[in-house]
Amino acid sequence: MTGTGLILLFGQSIQMFLVILLAPAITGIVRQVKARATRRQGAPIIQPYRDLYKLVKKETVVAETASWLFRVAPYAILAFTWVATALVPTFASGLMFNWAADVVALVALLGAARAILALAGMDVGTAFGGIGTSRELMIATLAEPAMLLVALTIALTAGTTRLPEIANFLVSQPMTVRVSLALALVALIIVALAENARIPIDNPATHLELTMVHEAMVLEYSGRHLAMIELAAQLKLVLYIALIVCLFVPFGMAPAQAGPGAWAVGLLVFVAKLVLGAALLGIWEASIAKMRVFRVGEFLGGAFVFAFLAILLAFVTREVMQ
Amino acid sequence: MTHAYDVSHFFAGLMLVASFALLYQDRLFSVLNIFAAQAILLAIAVGWEAYTQQRPHLFITAALALGLKGIIIPVALHRMIVKLGVHRDIDQVVGVGKTLLIGLALTSLSLLLVLKITTAAESFTREGLALALAIILLGFLMMITRQNAITQIVGFMSLENGLILAATGARGMPLVVEISVAFSVLIALFVFAVFVFRIRERFDSVDIEALDNARGDQS
Repeated sequence: MTGTGLILLFGQSIQMFLVILLAPAITGIVRQVKARATRRQGAPIIQPYRDLYKLVKKETVVAETASWLFRVAPYAILAFTWVATALVPTFASGLMFNWAADVVALVALLGAARAILALAGMDVGTAFGGIGTSRELMIATLAEPAMLLVALTIALTAGTTRLPEIANFLVSQPMTVRVSLALALVALIIVALAENARIPIDNPATHLELTMVHEAMVLEYSGRHLAMIELAAQLKLVLYIALIVCLFVPFGMAPAQAGPGAWAVGLLVFVAKLVLGAALLGIWEASIAKMRVFRVGEFLGGAFVFAFLAILLAFVTREVMQ
Repeated sequence: MTHAYDVSHFFAGLMLVASFALLYQDRLFSVLNIFAAQAILLAIAVGWEAYTQQRPHLFITAALALGLKGIIIPVALHRMIVKLGVHRDIDQVVGVGKTLLIGLALTSLSLLLVLKITTAAESFTREGLALALAIILLGFLMMITRQNAITQIVGFMSLENGLILAATGARGMPLVVEISVAFSVLIALFVFAVFVFRIRERFDSVDIEALDNARGDQS
């Protein structure tokens, strides 16, 4: 029994370190694809690693008005995001901590990280931090209900909110079209774009005063603090891609009782899916323009409508099939 | 059985999504495109029912839906917009967010209602009726919230899409009735067109608020 426990712990730690090591590369791939799609050369894929290394080496400057919260926040944000990312089943379901991988728990972990970031953004008292925080929280209040509705839709279909069991359920079902899951996928993609500050909502590549949201909040950070916040943002991107993969295309994931052999296959498939997701995101970002901040409400309202329709249709199916 | 059900559920659900897109969209040409897409989805859904339930006369209904509502009516409306010169107009909607929320409430209402009262019927019928009632109510909502005569016509036509979906779910609707309904919709289009052009002639606009003024409702 302890032998299996050790193997499961080993698998879990593979996942924990895999996500954090891969995260900068995924961001690098998104940037590279985006650059190529707009006919630029683009930075190499390992550039985010270099950026992080440079930031860690640099001196960390903290504003005079900053309180202890400002200094603690990057550690807490990175910790919450890392835990959340480590919980999502990536290459195998049934790892050591998968009993805790609940969709609602994930939303709560990310919400806690966001709350701390918002407090830190307002802590120093600059105007930019305040603007960024207010916008970020507006986006969050619009995105979170849609996210929870998506979670409930899937829970209604699979009968549980725990990710490994959902993935197992979907793998065991015969291939079929389900309109409620398709709508939930659209809603989740919109939420993921909003949460990761990607292009129609926010542009991660600019520091333009009028439009920046996430960047405005973290403007006061420097050095290793900034490195941690950037790494957390990169992890969050991996988390959302992994979540979408786990919920909607879990095929290729190693089942619960599988050993390290199946894990290796699952690992390759998972990395391939991540790279594909990052490439699609890059193409998406290159092909559309950013929205005005005041239109974000309508866009995310669309996500809410999709998620609500998804849950209604899932409800119809359940009623009718009984 | 379940596979056939899933596919028909998929197309009916997409029709419902198209209804919401119609409520959301405020550019005239996009409204027409979405309407055509909804009609094509209707044709596919009806064709699928005909194929899975071995009711070949439904193929005629599907062909009518595709030909009349997927192609002829959108093209005619398209020409009408170009002729009226209103293609740059953006339709005034009474607050997109509010409309969508009312739409969600109507959808929930119709699903809850139909699923409660049709427990004895077979699954295809319940499904079809529930989603069709939602599409009909959304068509009504679109006619209520729009100011522009052309989008009101589209609202009416999408309401009729819902009616046909309901009719295919229920057994025993004679083909004669379906054909006559389809053609009366076409005739309605001509009547609407005449009216729209008359409104345009008289008021230099297809905004129906002008009619309120002419009637003396507002000082």
